[in-house]
Amino acid sequence: MHRLGCLATLLLATGACLASSVPQPPQRGEELLTTENAVGRYGGSLVVSQRSEPKTLNPVTATDGPSREVIGRLTADLIHINRGSLQTEPALAKSWTISRDGRVFTVKLRHGLRFSDGSPFDAEDVLFSFKVYLDDKVHSPQRDLLIVGGKPIEVQKADAYTVRFTLAQPYAAAERIFDGLAMMPRRLVEKAYKEDKFAQFWTLATPPSEIAGMGPFRLKEYVAGQKIVLERNPYYWKIDHNRNRLPYLDELVFLVVGNEDAQAIRFQAGDTDIISRFSPENYALLSKEAANRGTELVDLGPSLEYNFLVFNLNDLTSKNLGKIAAKQAWFQEPKFRQAVSSAIDRQGIVKLVYAGRGAPLWGNVSPSNKFWVDETLPHPPRSLDKARELLKAAGFSWRSDGRLLDRQGQPVEFSVIASSSNTQRSKMATIIQDDLNQLGMDVHVVPLEFRAVVDRVFQTYDYEASIMGLGGGDADPNPEMNVWLSNGGTHLWHLGETKPATDWEAQIDQLMQKQLVQLKYKERKRLYDQVQEIIAANVPYVFLATPDILVGAKKKIGNFKPAVLDPNTLWNVEQLYFLPGTPP
Amino acid sequence: MTTRHKTLVPIVLIVTLHLAILFAGFIAPADPTAQNRDFPFAPPSRLHFVDIRGHLHLHPFVYQWAPRPDSLNEYAESRDREYPLQFFVAGAPCRIAGIVPSHLHLFAVQAPAQIFLAGTDSYGRDQFSRILYGGQISVAAGLLATFISLLLGTLIGSVSGFYGKWIDESAMRFAELFMVLPWLYLLFAVRAFLPLHMSSAQTFLLLVAVIGTIGWARPARMIRGIVLSAKTQNYVLASSGFGASNLHLMRRHILPQTYGVLLTQAALLVPQYILAEVTLSFFGLGLSEPAPSWGGLLATLQQYNVLVSYWWMFAPAAALTIVSLGYLSVANAFHERLQSDSSWQ
Repeated sequence: MHRLGCLATLLLATGACLASSVPQPPQRGEELLTTENAVGRYGGSLVVSQRSEPKTLNPVTATDGPSREVIGRLTADLIHINRGSLQTEPALAKSWTISRDGRVFTVKLRHGLRFSDGSPFDAEDVLFSFKVYLDDKVHSPQRDLLIVGGKPIEVQKADAYTVRFTLAQPYAAAERIFDGLAMMPRRLVEKAYKEDKFAQFWTLATPPSEIAGMGPFRLKEYVAGQKIVLERNPYYWKIDHNRNRLPYLDELVFLVVGNEDAQAIRFQAGDTDIISRFSPENYALLSKEAANRGTELVDLGPSLEYNFLVFNLNDLTSKNLGKIAAKQAWFQEPKFRQAVSSAIDRQGIVKLVYAGRGAPLWGNVSPSNKFWVDETLPHPPRSLDKARELLKAAGFSWRSDGRLLDRQGQPVEFSVIASSSNTQRSKMATIIQDDLNQLGMDVHVVPLEFRAVVDRVFQTYDYEASIMGLGGGDADPNPEMNVWLSNGGTHLWHLGETKPATDWEAQIDQLMQKQLVQLKYKERKRLYDQVQEIIAANVPYVFLATPDILVGAKKKIGNFKPAVLDPNTLWNVEQLYFLPGTPP
Repeated sequence: MTTRHKTLVPIVLIVTLHLAILFAGFIAPADPTAQNRDFPFAPPSRLHFVDIRGHLHLHPFVYQWAPRPDSLNEYAESRDREYPLQFFVAGAPCRIAGIVPSHLHLFAVQAPAQIFLAGTDSYGRDQFSRILYGGQISVAAGLLATFISLLLGTLIGSVSGFYGKWIDESAMRFAELFMVLPWLYLLFAVRAFLPLHMSSAQTFLLLVAVIGTIGWARPARMIRGIVLSAKTQNYVLASSGFGASNLHLMRRHILPQTYGVLLTQAALLVPQYILAEVTLSFFGLGLSEPAPSWGGLLATLQQYNVLVSYWWMFAPAAALTIVSLGYLSVANAFHERLQSDSSWQ
């Protein structure tokens, strides 16, 4: 009898263990979100690959792509940007209201929600999470977004389920800044935060039981250098039309495979179920066998990222870089930059670098960003004649052997640095070199390690021109503020300007500040169009091209709705399921 | 096959290849840096003798490639016009043997068609021309580096062996230090400190200097051994007893004994250094685009899709294999003769 009792206890214990990741039936008092997706079925383990291993599981300090990809599945935000519609929608917040002056946001939280460890979620957790994000000592990359008009956003608790956010000035599309800000359980995190140990908190080595979030999954297992396994969060706050609690998948597995080619090979072999953002060459390779292997590959059209050539216009007086400073006389001449822009074969770049799966760019806004792109921006075709005219007008001349000379008779010669690990940007450099060679410019391509490129562009200014890429985070202009404001941290062509160096930079400053406090979309669009026009006319960046977003998935995956915005394929992972009739 | 034949075949092979590389400007039909953006990864042109009507042509001809619509880098021959192969034609400006400016090319086809004997790369550049021009860099790097290595090696080795004592001790310990250096990492480090403004020629010379300088230790030890045994031979002692100077002893009696070993070493080192250049360029430490070198050409194969889709991108590897094997066979033959033929001693 005693032995039977033991067995019963054991069974109960295992039962409880199993039940722990079984979806909990919706309960009274829980204000759950009903999704619009097709009703799926439970079960299965979805496998995706990552190029490198996440560095951390800390949502506040993570900066690298792989970490954010995993953390995004473990956590949730108050207001979320729907990757499909590019519009904001309620998440942990049930609803929100904006005061008339546009400065006060009152956010109502959903009642009865629980973290993935079963503990309740309320306004205290929101207050605590924002306190951490806003803490200067934590160095969160998102902190900048929470500083409006020079002052941090004020967060106050109105009641257990209502939080009030006060901004120093009206802020256009302010609800978008909530996207991606993970709400953390105060109960678990506060101790480490108070002891100043937050930076080392929630690493890959942290036991799964000590990590909890509001995301569709929770950490189950981490095998160093190999994989991260997530399991269903049984308390997730979304349900489908049949009141099934999401997610459908039992597990989500991230395999670390090393590089993009390995990702393509593993997908081809059927080891992974979904592949995101891979090269057009591998796309062509995989599509040859897509039908046989039961996979579906999708070209989602141009991404929001922009690649460009930037000349070093930084103030070099305090640096010992005389050679580069001498060449800045050319780079500072707008006609020189316009001539370079006119000589570049953007169609050739799209064809050779992106195998035709991309779009040429003449401005900073991708054609796929329908809300914000200025469609009146001119798209002049490549013209060497026009480039020569511009150079002639700026006082350049040609030697008998075709070399371009400046006013002083010096041959025009400069180097372009590009990240050697980014084949696409190195390739752009080689194409540009050939294009500009036809104008008589002697261009050297210098492939450098990515960190060396970043260091030269952001710190030492020891470069002449560089090929870089930016954007792709959000469709809204606000995340671009630090690129275009003359004192912005990503104002790459001239960093650390105390006041605008040129009239047109001053104009951009004014327009960007104006659109920031303007709440009407139409008026903001008009202002941002003007910014795009000034940028296109003055060519601080010579825009090149943007790649298409290419993704793929096994056909047996239901509700697969890839999107242009990151994370392209896993943004609706809670809705993904294995179609009936297929082994999961 | 006699030893003589064994030596002759690889020598003829190497000489032919070297001549082809030397006269790349004349033999290559195209400028190695000229991009044909409509023909990325075009396969090698096919030489035809029979046209679509079944007529036999004595003169070989090619059809122009035409990109297949809705496909990535796939081509079909557009058979509406034949382009016969022409010899000794004027074309893109080039330099014969790197010096004499010329417009003459060994062969070409009439524009707008182009002949790609080994296909094209991702920019539509003629791979055959790039292999020939790339060979200039790679082989020259091999030869020059070998020269530097052997020069240093002979100098240090003979002095060390001849004078002995502390000179020998310190030189040989120093050599051992060089032999244990992980040279690849050393080169990575050297490259990291280079200024951005290095022209291709400067990069090339630096590469050669570094490769050559690192490799002196092994030949130095061999030369030292020979000198050490030679200086105790009776005729050397006799010469010394008659009052011959050290310089005379070295020049007349000792150094001639090292020639055989030097020749063998050279034949061994050249392919080794060509491969070193290839390794460096493969890791992006060699010449930068658009200058071709064999390592740079092979680096394209790091991309999975190139590796599995475009077999002609392996062509530089074939050239590299022939040159390396050629040199190694010559080294082997030298070695055999050295051991069997006393006249070498």
